[in-house]
Amino acid sequence: MQPVSAPKKADPAPSRWAYRFERLMLTPLFRLTLRVALPFAVTFGGATLWFADQDRRDDFNLMVYDLRSSVVQREEFMVKLMAVDGATDGVAEDIREVLPLDFPVSSFDLDLDRMRETIVGLDAVQSAQVRIRSGGVLQIDVVERVPVVVWRGRSELELIDREGVLVRPIGSRLDYPHLPVMAGAGADLHVEEAMTLISSLGPLMDRFRGLERIGERRWDVVLDRSQRIMLPETGAVRALERVIAMDRAVEMLDRDVVAVDMRLPQRPTLRITDGAVKELWRIRAIEVGDNK
Amino acid sequence: MIELYESQRAMRNMRKAAMQRGVIAILDVGTSKIACLVLRFDGAERMDESQGVGSMAGQSGFRVIGAATTRSRGVRFGEIVSMAEAERAIRTAVQAAQKMAQIRVDHVIACFSGAGPRSYGLDGSVEVNGTEVTEQDIARVLSACDVPNFGEGREVLHAQPVNFALDHRSGLIDPRGQVGHTLSTDMHMLTVDAQAVQNLAQCVKRCDLELAGIANSAYVSGISGLVEDEQELGAACVDIGGGTTSVSIFLKKHMIYADTVRMGGDHITGDISLGFQVPIATAERIKSFYGGLFATGRDDSEMIQIGGDTGDWEHDRREISRAELIGIMRPRVDEILEEVRARLDAAGFEHLPSQQIVLTGGSSLIPGLDGLASRILGQQVRLGRPMRVHGLPQAATSAGFAASVGLCLFAAHPQDEWWDFEIPMDRYPARSLKRAVQWFRDNW
Repeated sequence: MQPVSAPKKADPAPSRWAYRFERLMLTPLFRLTLRVALPFAVTFGGATLWFADQDRRDDFNLMVYDLRSSVVQREEFMVKLMAVDGATDGVAEDIREVLPLDFPVSSFDLDLDRMRETIVGLDAVQSAQVRIRSGGVLQIDVVERVPVVVWRGRSELELIDREGVLVRPIGSRLDYPHLPVMAGAGADLHVEEAMTLISSLGPLMDRFRGLERIGERRWDVVLDRSQRIMLPETGAVRALERVIAMDRAVEMLDRDVVAVDMRLPQRPTLRITDGAVKELWRIRAIEVGDNK
Repeated sequence: MIELYESQRAMRNMRKAAMQRGVIAILDVGTSKIACLVLRFDGAERMDESQGVGSMAGQSGFRVIGAATTRSRGVRFGEIVSMAEAERAIRTAVQAAQKMAQIRVDHVIACFSGAGPRSYGLDGSVEVNGTEVTEQDIARVLSACDVPNFGEGREVLHAQPVNFALDHRSGLIDPRGQVGHTLSTDMHMLTVDAQAVQNLAQCVKRCDLELAGIANSAYVSGISGLVEDEQELGAACVDIGGGTTSVSIFLKKHMIYADTVRMGGDHITGDISLGFQVPIATAERIKSFYGGLFATGRDDSEMIQIGGDTGDWEHDRREISRAELIGIMRPRVDEILEEVRARLDAAGFEHLPSQQIVLTGGSSLIPGLDGLASRILGQQVRLGRPMRVHGLPQAATSAGFAASVGLCLFAAHPQDEWWDFEIPMDRYPARSLKRAVQWFRDNW
């Protein structure tokens, strides 16, 4: 048996449109568009359309906020109290004042770097570490500035630390009797040198009253009885040591001397009181033999 | 003459553009099959022209990334006779090749065998301007060739200068910069039926492709079928295809003659079909499986079922001996080869220094063809296969793909044709900027 009508043989040729479509699909740019640009455009356009409505936007923002707070407000992340270590009471109080936190607060809401900078910004604080300790404690470790000298500035007394930074102003010199005093403009920039001078005073320590910065360039050591040792700009310590040596040798400072001028180190000069000058003249006259 | 070459120049520019983009398709429109290869040009390792053919025979620059073959429809004698059918066949081949290459091709170089190619030998000579031969002198000598009247409705397909002579020195390949007085040239011009070319162009255009070049298949199968020394010393390439047999003669690496015999494998099939009263498809199958040209005693006893589906038992059970089959095939092959002999004689093939004949094309696979051909065409006959190119699938390496492969080589290394040289100055429009530039160059 053979079929009445032979089945029509399928034409292997693609139809014109199938051919064009296949060529289009083989175009690199078109394929890229289809694979990348189109999904992007659809996603972006859909999202834009959806968010075009204010209510949906609000809902979305609210949802995001809720989601965030549900994580942030967990018990594990809450900070309940603040501990300040290494600070005296007054400074600790200041720190609590400049960090207005009402506990409990989430650790996500604490900006530790900002807090640290705020604390370091206080005069009395040299450095600080801020961290959140386990157990919900905000731990603040403070290193305070140590005042080494009282500086009589233009208007008031100030405590200065070794780096010349103001620790705090004080009302009375008598509150800090153990600290040396210095005066004069620009003295705070040379605290280090001043401390060296004071430490090399040696036997003069008990007569020492203070240091004065003269003309923002050199030091005067002020002793009791208003005696002054005027030191040069450079080599001040050495000059001071020479004065001490002279004092030891001839007890110079015990005499009626107003000032020892060491500003020219090779030519120490003494200034003596008026009475002493007259006495000196008198003795000279006797020596010369002019006894009128 | 310039108007005639506008389209050729446009095609050459399009081919350059396609090479820049890196992908070009090769379309061999044959009578029995349409082959499409997709080439990718890497651009690397471009051959230096001056070094001749290197180890890779100049094909290192491209790679075949897609290949497809389909049965041809609407093509007879290498010419398109049914546009719609041929267009669909081309579409099939191009789509399959594109799919394999995974890339879209827009530019196509096509070749076809029909359209009655006719060869003309042209010569021209001019006095050289100044002492050295310049580009302009070459342009002038090319335009000085007196073009014969090749008739209405025909178009120049190839026009290649094959030889330059300066004074009494002949055989120059590149006379530029040489000193002499009289420059003369020999040119080979191939004309084909303009309508066939237009049909093919139209067909390609209807497939949304751009025609970036067109070549005669006799020429391109010569490029791939002949090895270098054959091309140099003189050889003929006989491409026995489905509907036509193309003949091309090469000398000094230039084609100097091409012609077509309008007979081929399809005629053998037709003879078998007619002789044994079998359908064409069966005849084709019998020819491919059992065909031969020399009968031996054994062939009398080798019986071939030729079948049929008429329902008549006697008719459907027919058997033929192989000797009978050979008896039908042989006269037709004889006839084809005699025709080829006549064309070669007409071209003066016997005067060439070497008379190598290379048989290629799908029908050259008939067993015993080389033996028969050596009786008719001369002693130096061999069967040629196309040379191997990168990435060509195994299925496309047989002799039937000589034209396709040759077209690949042609696309990669096109020979300079007339329209690739400069246009002589006096042919430019009077107000052309180029002409002004040339005037300045000449006068300073």
